[in-house]
Amino acid sequence: MKELDTSGFSCPEPVIMTKKALKESPEGLTVIVDNRASKENVTRYATALGYKVKTEEGSGNWHLMISK
Amino acid sequence: MEEVKLTSLVRSSGCNAKLPPGDLHKALDDLPSAESENLIEGFESSDDALVYSLGDGRVLIETVDFFPPMVDDPFLFGQIAAANAISDIYAMGGRPSLAMSLMCFPSCLDISVMRRIMEGAIAKAAEAGVVIAGGHTLSDREPKFGLAVTGFADECDVWSNKGARAGDAVILTKKLGTGLLMTAHKAGESDAAEAIEQMRTLNRKAAENAAGLSVHAATDVTGFSLMGHSFEVAKASGVTISIDFSSLRFLPGAEDAARFGFVPEGRYTNEDYLADKVSIADVFSITQRDMLFSPETSGGLLLFMPPEDADEYLKNSGFAFRIGEVIERGKAPVTVC
Repeated sequence: MKELDTSGFSCPEPVIMTKKALKESPEGLTVIVDNRASKENVTRYATALGYKVKTEEGSGNWHLMISK
Repeated sequence: MEEVKLTSLVRSSGCNAKLPPGDLHKALDDLPSAESENLIEGFESSDDALVYSLGDGRVLIETVDFFPPMVDDPFLFGQIAAANAISDIYAMGGRPSLAMSLMCFPSCLDISVMRRIMEGAIAKAAEAGVVIAGGHTLSDREPKFGLAVTGFADECDVWSNKGARAGDAVILTKKLGTGLLMTAHKAGESDAAEAIEQMRTLNRKAAENAAGLSVHAATDVTGFSLMGHSFEVAKASGVTISIDFSSLRFLPGAEDAARFGFVPEGRYTNEDYLADKVSIADVFSITQRDMLFSPETSGGLLLFMPPEDADEYLKNSGFAFRIGEVIERGKAPVTVC
């Protein structure tokens, strides 16, 4: 699955990046976020579009698996 | 003139750039308090401004507020920053009179941008009857602007955040949702026109319409959200503030901004700090919680008045609305149902 790393970016940037990436990969992708606001906001965005989001905690970041 | 996108230069903006309330308390609680027999409100009360007795029945009210831009237009930014800073004087029941500017300005920007920010601030200050009479400027990577404002009031007319009583009606004088909409705006998802118009609107009329009416307590709603500022009043007054969610009014688009994840970072730190202080009924969704905890910029006055005075106030203030009531202190200082 395609991966998007938003580490180092703060809101709303990771949501904008996810929006662009989902246009290119509408079937889903994994988004890496490194702060809680981004984790919550990217999850809200994908959920609002009808995607499922599975979250795995890494070291100092989260992997959000976004799928149909 | 070279076009400049002010918001592209900053990490966070408006009142969302405030330090989280929890961190602030850790840093400032129990500091040696400034002793002065003339100081009526100081550090301890988390009020909107300091209040200093002039000894002749009048008080001096002093506040400072500055932040990074939430809009790209420098004139608008100056207006919003001025309206926001002056608001603290209105929230104390005072008449704003004098101000000094605080400006942080990046060397990469054309100096004409600084002039436009000042022009916006001076225009807004004039609307409030305030003279900007000096200031200080620093070179900084991120632009920031605001005012230190001085106001005056008769000592018996000062509003603080500690006088709310059980039975008082709770009135809010602007709609909520500026923080959410400006986050969506930064992402290019909203023109936020109504939010911008509201942020640059002075709280002057909101304050002046209460003349002759009984105001037991007052504050304004900014970075700590409706929940955080309600908590400050509930704590200082020893009461519980009960908010009726269905009576809140939000700017158009605020709910969608929350649902699609355009939520300012401060929303999360606000909720962390307030988790054990605010009780929100389980029926409310994550989106509705986002709307309650999101920072506001240059928000409305939150007024606590006896119900009959509140009725009178609302008759003359079409922009204001009743959002709840004050009850005896229960388990949580703030409840939302």
